[in-house]
Amino acid sequence: MSEQKNHDTSVLRLRDITMQFGGVVAINNLSLEVNQGEIVALIGPNGAGKTTAFNCITGVYEPTNGEVYFHGKPIAVNHPQGKMAKQYAGINGDAYRGKKPVVYSPDKITKMGIARTFQNIRLFKSQTAFENVLIGTHLRRTSNLFTAAFRLNAKEEKAMREKAAALLEIVGLSGEADELAVSLPYGKQRRLEIARALATEPSLLLLDEPAAGMNPQETDELGEFIVDIKNRFNLTVFMIEHHMNLVMDISDRIYVLDFGKQIAEGTPEEIQKNPDVIAAYLGVEEE
Amino acid sequence: MKKKGNLRLILSLAVVALLYGAAVLVEHTSGSKSMVVTVLQKGAVYALIAVSMNLLNGFTGLFSLGQAGFMLIGAYSYAILTIPMAKRAAVYQYYDGGIVQFTIGLLPALLVAGVMAALFAALIGMPVLRLKGDYLAIATLGFAEIIRAFVQWDAIGPLTNGSNLLKTYPTLKTAMPGNTLLFTFLVVGVCIGLILLLINSTYGRAFKAIRDDEIAAEAMGINLFRHKQMAFVISSFFAGIGGALLAMYQGSLQANGFKSAMTYEILLIVVIGGMGSVSGSILASFLFIACSEWWLRFLDAETMIGNFQVPLLAPGFRMVAFSIVIMVVVLFFRKGIMGDRELWELGSRRQAKGGGRNK
Ligand SMILES: Nc1ncnc2c1ncn2[C@@H]1O[C@H](COP(=O)(O)OP(=O)(O)OP(=O)(O)O)[C@@H](O)[C@H]1O
Ligand SMILES: [Mg+2]
Repeated sequence: MSEQKNHDTSVLRLRDITMQFGGVVAINNLSLEVNQGEIVALIGPNGAGKTTAFNCITGVYEPTNGEVYFHGKPIAVNHPQGKMAKQYAGINGDAYRGKKPVVYSPDKITKMGIARTFQNIRLFKSQTAFENVLIGTHLRRTSNLFTAAFRLNAKEEKAMREKAAALLEIVGLSGEADELAVSLPYGKQRRLEIARALATEPSLLLLDEPAAGMNPQETDELGEFIVDIKNRFNLTVFMIEHHMNLVMDISDRIYVLDFGKQIAEGTPEEIQKNPDVIAAYLGVEEE
Repeated sequence: MKKKGNLRLILSLAVVALLYGAAVLVEHTSGSKSMVVTVLQKGAVYALIAVSMNLLNGFTGLFSLGQAGFMLIGAYSYAILTIPMAKRAAVYQYYDGGIVQFTIGLLPALLVAGVMAALFAALIGMPVLRLKGDYLAIATLGFAEIIRAFVQWDAIGPLTNGSNLLKTYPTLKTAMPGNTLLFTFLVVGVCIGLILLLINSTYGRAFKAIRDDEIAAEAMGINLFRHKQMAFVISSFFAGIGGALLAMYQGSLQANGFKSAMTYEILLIVVIGGMGSVSGSILASFLFIACSEWWLRFLDAETMIGNFQVPLLAPGFRMVAFSIVIMVVVLFFRKGIMGDRELWELGSRRQAKGGGRNK
């Protein structure tokens, strides 16, 4: 435990994370680190296990083995148990045996300060853009059922609405505030999802393919936008992305995943030259 | 924009006041026993029950079928606590006058009816709210059936009067003599008003988020179980009060009146009105009760035109006609009368009140 304290700057730390579904090892002994103020990218071919890694961090899945730390605090710890103990096909299966498993549900993780967006956009479909962001402010409420129903929280309610409006302004969607979220074009829906995530006041933002479905110009703007909100809200960003221009432009460091295994780690320059990465991406290259 | 919202609120309240005034007038001109008054009474009671079910099924997206069970708990709590002392010996004739040897006022009893239903909901919510979709429906339906059998159990007869009638408790007619409708509308109006306040608060928004997408809601930091539990308990609270009002409407009470058919009836009302629309549920309740108690009564009566017996019109045909309506609604009008909108929002573009660019 005490060794973790030394990593003051590490916001997120994965150690030996393995995620096995039945016989399928989706992530195989992944270790990585995201430091304060960094933009770190996680790349890899389709089915490499990137989204699964996000799901392990955010409590959607319980990793089969390994540890996840957030600001030095364990938020997920597990080792192969029960039926999985026999089935386990990863390595380091014994390394965490003595440790008490730690599990948090996704809402607890969000409360700790990790917010995310989804690869297949998940906006609240019956709600307007404004209401979508407003729901994100529910988490930091101080009102209870009673004070909220009887409008004794009028001041807080007003602050929530102002915050949601301000966030929409920042992502450039003020004009669409009263539109149904799902009626917006793709690129705007992705920005709206980011605004909604920001409404939960995260310190770490996880973006799952934020540029998917965007044209090159929108993608460029998105890059600037991510850097901008990172600075404005003092965030750390961990992002999955297939658009290599965007990844190379704004990432401080990059991790490369292939078939659940980490095959490379480094700065954009290092990754571009890495022969393993080139091999993994052969035929899928963008440039 | 804020001003416009206020204007709409004032207008809505004015309309409600007008309707209340009209109800009083109707009762005073046509008498407490007229069909209109009966329909309006029962319609109002059903409106509350339908809105409470809508809070759960329409606004929070939980497919629960326990409504009749919670109504029963409310109805029994109310009756047991309000039967006058002098009448207990006669009502509980098989159980030595029963074990409850005190009465409380009518309004406190209504409150207790809600609280008891809410308590049961909190208890059974812990296991069943972890179930999803159909399983939740089956579990809540099972609960309602069990509770119905339980209150009729002989061993707790001293409390519930077993399978015998509970009666002589204060009814809608005796609560505010001559102003049956005003009393009913006031109680129902306050309850629905409270539900509306809740739905339009940050908690109501969280409920809707859960309905729209559980995974996204959880990622927004919404504790799914806690919020589902809230919706379940609150819905049951008002179903309990609704059950008590229904007992007051009927004048006597027996557990077998709260079969699952009653839950289906209310579900039908909610669907016809529109899942996620309070005003839809209210409209549909009055419509449904008017049809079943009044306008469609002729379907059950054997009718002769001269020597010709009109075909199909025979006892039971009304239920057939109803079933056809259900099928048509489910097949072709799944959004119901109102969809997920409210009467008072019609004509205005879908908008977030006071928010966004309107600042
Ligand atoms: N719940 C699950 N049950 C079984 N297998 C799963 C589950 N979730 C993911 N997988 C498997 O894990 C592997 C990795 O999937 P994942 O979605 O993490 O890939 P990805 O890197 O995000 O790919 P993409 O770029 O297409 O989004 C896939 O083979 C997938 O089928
Ligand atoms: Mg993915």
